Amino acid sequence: MIALIDYKAGNLTSVRKALSAVGVDFVVPDSPDVCGEAAGLIVPGVGNFAATEAITSEWRAAIGSAVERGRPLLGICVGMQWLFEGSEEAPEVPGLGLMPGRVARLDGDAANRLKVPHVGWNALDFTARASRLLRGVEPGAPVYFTHSYAAPVTADCVASTSHANTFSAVVERDNVFGVQFHPEKSSDAGLQILRNFLDACR
Amino acid sequence: MLTKRIIACLDVRDGQVVKGVQFQQLRRAGDPGALARRYNVEGIDEVVILDVTATLETRQALARTIDAVAREIFLPLTVGGGIRSEDDAAAAVEAGADKVSVNTAALRDPGLITTLARRYGSQAVIVAIDAKREAGHFGVYVRSGTSAAARDAVEWAREAESRGAGEILLTSMDRDGTRAGFDCEMTAAVSDAVDIPVIASGGAGTFEHFTDVFTRGHADAALAASIFHYAESSVADLKRHLREHGIPVRL
Repeated sequence: MIALIDYKAGNLTSVRKALSAVGVDFVVPDSPDVCGEAAGLIVPGVGNFAATEAITSEWRAAIGSAVERGRPLLGICVGMQWLFEGSEEAPEVPGLGLMPGRVARLDGDAANRLKVPHVGWNALDFTARASRLLRGVEPGAPVYFTHSYAAPVTADCVASTSHANTFSAVVERDNVFGVQFHPEKSSDAGLQILRNFLDACR
Repeated sequence: MLTKRIIACLDVRDGQVVKGVQFQQLRRAGDPGALARRYNVEGIDEVVILDVTATLETRQALARTIDAVAREIFLPLTVGGGIRSEDDAAAAVEAGADKVSVNTAALRDPGLITTLARRYGSQAVIVAIDAKREAGHFGVYVRSGTSAAARDAVEWAREAESRGAGEILLTSMDRDGTRAGFDCEMTAAVSDAVDIPVIASGGAGTFEHFTDVFTRGHADAALAASIFHYAESSVADLKRHLREHGIPVRL
């Protein structure tokens, strides 16, 4: 059973539908205690980093303790950004700090018509590191992004993506995973990534 | 590299896909779920469901259509046409929409854009602008193109962006359903004025029209309906054509 963390930022319908499509048994817990019983946790997210402030200290402790006991955690979009130390978008709100680094605003490039927000399908450029999350996904596979902020390319990066600058598209550190794009909206490649996360939870 | 998006529009009335010419003479084009399934296989990047009768389609009927499409595809899905309030937007999102497109209601109450952006994030809010060429500018129309809004499309797009819109869906009423090509001048004028992506709509008839709107028209995405519905041209063929002409697309 997977716990899908709902902190009321945006809506979970798409994520729910994609999880159902890949055959996942999941719950949306209304109490942090449930995190301890889950085989894995997913923190989705859209919109502003400040929304993660709704993940209270009780939830942070429950999620942190599940991760310490080896349970896989997947952050999606703002959920991935939250795995880092914090974000330029809301500097007063701390991230979970499981990955070193801070999230920064994407660069634009007016001369080359590269706009921010970065919206649409862009390629996953695999780094040299082996990845469990990207098993069965083709290098260069296009996935769907919609964001204005992103994490830097660090030692935890297993795939980067380039717009005006290059940023972390997929991060992986032991049992902690993050994707800046939306796997639930990224057709076959996205569903494969969700399946890989579920395999990690078994 | 960020690719240019090809978006299929399903104009829906009474649960069926229809298509008109210059917003009139609707004719039937098929079942929304079946069309979405075909487009997904062919490599469409996004799907838009537009309730073309806007005020006539009941919320429940629209929710059934959204659900039927959302269960077929794992792609971004936008719903527009009947969104008059925050409640309408919430119903569309609950039914499976990732983005809502607002038009008449946003012009009447621009604060609605901000309300929706705060609730769902800017990435979920598209402001749809129906415009046509008038003396010296591009005039905005509302109520499915039946009445003039006394606004300029470029100026309204800028305001929509500042109020929190995440994308602009710009339809040329002069070209809608004519297959005479996108209005590249109008698209470029709006796209150059805002930082958010602009989706060009209205007039797609040939593959060259798409090449034009991505080059001369500075569009970030192009939306079409009739060219795809009757299986005259496949999305895959269009994308191969675009790639051969140096336009980055997802294949």
